[in-house]
Amino acid sequence: MTEAKGRPLLYLQKYSAAVMLLFFILVNALLTPNFFKAGTLNNVITQICPTILCSMGMTLVISTGGIDISVGSVMAMSGVITARLMTGIGLIPALAVAVTVSILIGCFTGFMVGKLRLQAMVVTLGLMLGVRGVAQVVCGGRDIYFNKLGNVGVQLSQWGSYKIAGFIPVQIVPIALAVFFVWIMIEKTVLGRQIQAVGDSLKSSTLAGIHSVRILMIVYGLSAFFAAFAGVFQAAKVSVAAGSSLGQLAELDAIAAVVIGGTPMIGGKAHVVGTIVGALIMQVITLTCVMNNIPDQYAQVFKAAIIVAAVFIQREQTK
Amino acid sequence: MAETLLEIEGLEKSFPGVHALKGVRLRVQKGEVHALMGENGAGKSTLIKVLTGIYQKNGGTIRFDGEEINVRTPMEANEKGISTIYQELNLVPFQTVYENLFLGREPLSRYGQIDRKKMIAEARKILNELGVSIDVTRPLGKYSTAVQQMVAIARAVSINAKLVIMDEPTSSLDSKEVQVLYRIIRQLKSAGISVIFISHKLDEIFEICDRMTIFKDGEYVGDYDIQEIDQLRLVSLMVGRDMAKLERTKREYGFSDMKPIAELKNIRQGMRLNGINLDIRQGEVVGLAGLLGSGRTEIAQILFGSVMPDEGEIFWLGEKAPIHSPADAIRRGMGFCTEDRKTEGIIPHLSVRENMTIALLPRLQTFGFVKTKKQNAIVKNYIDRLKIKTPSPDQAICNLSGGNQQKVLLARWMCMNPKLMILDEPTRGIDVGAKAEIEDLIRELSSGGISVLMISSEIAELERNCDRIIVIRDGKVTGELTGEEISQNSIMEMIAKNGLEEVKKHD
Repeated sequence: MTEAKGRPLLYLQKYSAAVMLLFFILVNALLTPNFFKAGTLNNVITQICPTILCSMGMTLVISTGGIDISVGSVMAMSGVITARLMTGIGLIPALAVAVTVSILIGCFTGFMVGKLRLQAMVVTLGLMLGVRGVAQVVCGGRDIYFNKLGNVGVQLSQWGSYKIAGFIPVQIVPIALAVFFVWIMIEKTVLGRQIQAVGDSLKSSTLAGIHSVRILMIVYGLSAFFAAFAGVFQAAKVSVAAGSSLGQLAELDAIAAVVIGGTPMIGGKAHVVGTIVGALIMQVITLTCVMNNIPDQYAQVFKAAIIVAAVFIQREQTK
Repeated sequence: MAETLLEIEGLEKSFPGVHALKGVRLRVQKGEVHALMGENGAGKSTLIKVLTGIYQKNGGTIRFDGEEINVRTPMEANEKGISTIYQELNLVPFQTVYENLFLGREPLSRYGQIDRKKMIAEARKILNELGVSIDVTRPLGKYSTAVQQMVAIARAVSINAKLVIMDEPTSSLDSKEVQVLYRIIRQLKSAGISVIFISHKLDEIFEICDRMTIFKDGEYVGDYDIQEIDQLRLVSLMVGRDMAKLERTKREYGFSDMKPIAELKNIRQGMRLNGINLDIRQGEVVGLAGLLGSGRTEIAQILFGSVMPDEGEIFWLGEKAPIHSPADAIRRGMGFCTEDRKTEGIIPHLSVRENMTIALLPRLQTFGFVKTKKQNAIVKNYIDRLKIKTPSPDQAICNLSGGNQQKVLLARWMCMNPKLMILDEPTRGIDVGAKAEIEDLIRELSSGGISVLMISSEIAELERNCDRIIVIRDGKVTGELTGEEISQNSIMEMIAKNGLEEVKKHD
């Protein structure tokens, strides 16, 4: 990275994601009426929450050279389990059960990838289908509406739309915690170093005494952990837990955020801040389209173009 | 005969912050085997990459076969008649031999289909001319590295190359295979094809090359006929100072009374190890000698826990010690510098700092957080002590030269205060200067009471550094030499003699 000095192009490359975000904000400042209103920011915060949570886990997973496309299904399962159980055993115990089951699924993935050397893509593809099925079975094929669940359901709905001090959405709390936690882990801890080492060279890392299977189980476990919370928060926001649609395509948003943020798909490096910028870019695109009455289908096309462009810009860096 | 094929004058190449080639020259005659010599980082590889179009030059001229050229892609270099055989073979192991030979230039039949019959026939012809008779319809990956190398050479020759560049072609070959390679090089020579040969093994240079050009720090030092120079002078020119001749300094064996630190008892593993018994005593340097494939590396892997034995026991400091993983071995005080530095040593994109301390990190923490100050102090200490050349500790290790990478890996284990260091081919692919430094380091370790288990294909290296030498053959210990008994001849005799006895038994 020292080479970036004095070479503007390399600088641009390094901060390409941030530059892109600034560009989109600038475009909106000129074109979108009412863009700079507190309401816009609040919108971004509530909507980006599941993406940020999943993409924090995904940053870790991708930095080990793997991928986890089961997070959307894990979101659904965790949301549905919480909704089903909370009327009986209360909100917190239900949440605990959902999170524990999710973590176990994540650890299972880590074990399959690390110990049995299966492709992460294949293992999590299987889980994506399987866990989605479990979610639908648990909710009995019907969407669970929180307003029909009595007090505890209403309580969770209110949680989901709670505003701190009357105007900041509650979603800022899990976002801040997740980002802080993962950032500290990557930058400051032994575990963070080991995760990146395993991602860069599994063989060398094992020979340097790192328990690579354990590391992968932790990483996939964390990915599922974040997805579990994302599922519950998302369900709380819309006041419904639907086994078939909750968290659908969330894995793709998360992967896109990570890739746009500059974490190389081959592993070895984790750019936590980049991932946040990546998630913001996609959210701003959605918002731009919504606020200018452009159909969502166009937003999808835009996003696709941005993802490909991001990968293109970063291909030099990641080599 | 004295017709010039390649003439490079005043070649310049800079990278940001590095002036890699400072106006170098190189002149290669037709039908000549020309050695390109210099330490790691002297600019040999950069020159090759400019010549083959991977890098673009910043100045100077390249004349090839009478015309000035400036190739922009490796493909273009190929078309002009320059082909390169890299250290890492760029072939496709899952495809057949003949498909590899014609990769990217498959002959087509009349209907635009690939003409396999023609390919097979041609492939057989080309390989036969080189004296390699193999089944060309089998996947390339089924054959040994040596055969794969031959296929790479055949491929290079069959595109009507006028110049073949070989970058460390012998690093993965055993001595018999090297002889086959030499034969092929001589054939190329008699066909008027020139060869640029890069190798760190000086004996090879003197055996096969006609002329040599020496670089140092990106500058041209001179070119010499092979007859007008000897090894010592060559090394001095490459390093830029007079070298003391590397010699055996060890004399008597004084470790008989020391207690063993590690013992292997009746270790069996697959087809490779058939009942290995050996011990390593405190502070001694034990060398494992034997041919490629004799089981040397497997012994190291079992001791370090990266491969499990089928049978047998490991004792550590006199107690039975099951070792199930490298982490187990490290906890007991072992360090292992593997043979294959690139895939089983360095963590390529991590910094020098992280690479050096990756094994130490679990001891460098409070509540999981890295003690950065202590880490930096340790890293700085070892960079100074081992004279590791790196712009900063933050540099990614893959940007360092081979010798410096190896020093970082040695530091990785030294900072753990190990009791036993296992070094598998510690100086492979490393230039003479760094080699001497690493050998000094081995002596230093041993005088500090650390035991060293050293594996090397270079008998001279074993002779210089070891207190005791154990000869391995077909997965068994077949002999042992200590102290004064050790000489290159005695080691070679022991490797050979045991072979003869084996043959007799079979008769």
